Amino acid sequence: MTARLDIVVVYPDLLGTYGDGGNGAILARRAAWRGIDATLVQASSDRPLPRGDLYCIGGGEDGPQVRAARNLVADGTLAAAVADGAAVLAVCAGYQLTGRAFPDASGRAVDGLGLLDVTTVKGRGRRAVGEVVADPLPSSPSPAGRAGLPVLTGFENHAGRTAVGAGASPLARVRHGIGNGDGPDGGAATEGAWSGHVVGTYLHGPVLARNPALADLLLGWALGGDVALEPLDDREEEALRAERLSRAGRR
Amino acid sequence: MTAAGLGWRSRLAVGAVRVANGASRRLGQGSGTVAGGRAGLAIDPSLLARLATGRRVAIVSGTNGKTTTTSLLVRALTPAGSPTTVATNTTGANMPAGHVAALVASPGASRAVLEVDEGYLARLVADTVPDVVVLLNLSRDQLDRVAEVRMVADAWREALAGRGPETVVVANADDPLVTYAARAATSVRWVGAGLVWGADAVGCPACGGRVRTDSGGPGWACDSCDLARPPTTAELADDGVRLDGGEVVAMRVALPGRFNRANALMAAVAAAASAPAGGIAAPTLTEALERIATVGEVAGRFGVVRRGGVDARLMLAKNPAGWTAILDLLDEEARSGRPSPPLVLAVNARTADGHDPSWLWDVPYERLAGRQVVATGDRCRDLAVRLRYAEVDHVTDTDPASALRRAGQGGGSVDVIANYTAFRDLREGR
Ligand SMILES: [Zn+2]
Repeated sequence: MTARLDIVVVYPDLLGTYGDGGNGAILARRAAWRGIDATLVQASSDRPLPRGDLYCIGGGEDGPQVRAARNLVADGTLAAAVADGAAVLAVCAGYQLTGRAFPDASGRAVDGLGLLDVTTVKGRGRRAVGEVVADPLPSSPSPAGRAGLPVLTGFENHAGRTAVGAGASPLARVRHGIGNGDGPDGGAATEGAWSGHVVGTYLHGPVLARNPALADLLLGWALGGDVALEPLDDREEEALRAERLSRAGRR
Repeated sequence: MTAAGLGWRSRLAVGAVRVANGASRRLGQGSGTVAGGRAGLAIDPSLLARLATGRRVAIVSGTNGKTTTTSLLVRALTPAGSPTTVATNTTGANMPAGHVAALVASPGASRAVLEVDEGYLARLVADTVPDVVVLLNLSRDQLDRVAEVRMVADAWREALAGRGPETVVVANADDPLVTYAARAATSVRWVGAGLVWGADAVGCPACGGRVRTDSGGPGWACDSCDLARPPTTAELADDGVRLDGGEVVAMRVALPGRFNRANALMAAVAAAASAPAGGIAAPTLTEALERIATVGEVAGRFGVVRRGGVDARLMLAKNPAGWTAILDLLDEEARSGRPSPPLVLAVNARTADGHDPSWLWDVPYERLAGRQVVATGDRCRDLAVRLRYAEVDHVTDTDPASALRRAGQGGGSVDVIANYTAFRDLREGR
């Protein structure tokens, strides 16, 4: 029997500012190349959110971020799907709104979805803009058949500082860049967070273009966890990763 | 205004512009225009306003098409057979230092046409009191530097709200963000110039509602406030220009692509709306269209250069809207029977390009499937991964010169699409 997979890009009309729509496209292709019957749905914010196996939430501006959070809370589908085991990749503004609270344009706290135990506040220092290199923690999840996630690479662009609570775990330790900004004085310490099948990160790139192992982790989760994913020819991704890792910190 | 009419501080500042320009030209550092303008503004911060006094100034801004439209507007304001007497920043130095340099370089010009970076429109409007402001379009560009396109629209709106009828705004009625900003002005000529990229305008800039385009017809409207496409004085039709929603007149444009027909129409309407300058009356729309019909190349865009024995047609695309417009052009040409030559795509992510090339994923490269593509530029590896997921066959070559040779192996000419610094380097043969 062919495995089936419904991938949903959440509200590209509100959250699509940083090329993060690419994450959905990458997941769909990596599934299709393995013979998995994957459908990719662009879910507009004026319709009920469809049920899916894997959701991608992208980055966006302050106003649309607040509207997206309110819509998703009122809609309820995403929380119900996650409770049933659906996987989520949430990036930047999307990462912030999957947490407990995040700041609006004026800095006031807005309720998030609470899918990740993280809380974001407005940073006091400079906006975090630039290349990020972060080493996954030993406790971080691992794609089936692999010993952990390889080093993460991406580009960040955010003002918020995110604290990871006891109900979630940081995804990685920052080697270069800012990430969550949860170090002393809003400096670098950890990057991203995860719990269950939900991953949040500040990394653009989009993140899955530069970290195909993370894409395969999400696909594995969405397929039920025990489906062996055959390896793909990722030489071009590896060349991009090698170049980005060697360049980070040189500018 | 002549130098003699300026105060001593401004005369000193103008002198500094000239000295700095000469020095940086001798040192071989670019055209020197920006360095000189910066030196002048440091001595006299009001230099731009003083240099603009007594001149008619037209301003052109927008995310895409600024340089082309500026150049076409200069042509449209220049009567056939007469020498150009218009001050303009043709080098694309579109911030105040570049504007100062342009005005200093043409002390006798009673008319100026200035291309303005979107973020500097408010300052230019305040400093130069323009008779015409051309607003082309607004979409995402260089995300690590210009954070929110809606903030730009708000700044435009504020800048125009203070202007009386002496400033005519020529605005693209098909762009909701432009419409939102231009609505605040007293005098507006609405032009239906089309919109390549609608993704940034889905949220209503006025009320946060939703802008709908599916209501039938070519229009758009917000579903929760009164922001909607205004009736136009001129709009692109299949075979020309539709005037006041009725009669269609012919339009000939040598520059390729629908987006250049849009630039040409915006320039022609702006020329017709301008005030007389230096005894030269504004052309009629028909005269303006005739003057720009034969322009075939602007600042190297669409020009053919020979590099390493290969003839390459150079096309510039800086952001998703710009890339989409060029892909539209390639489709148009393929439909009209032009053979599709090998394609070189060159992408950098230097400071002038923006350091984050994530926008590659907003460009519908899937449309290149079936073409022969060579990826090059500083960020060719990002591009290669993007093309892999778009299922476009490609080879990757980090060196642009060698990429051109590869693409030209078959002996014919090649098409090149490059973003800002990659385009500049190819054009200058670096
Ligand atoms: Zn509205």
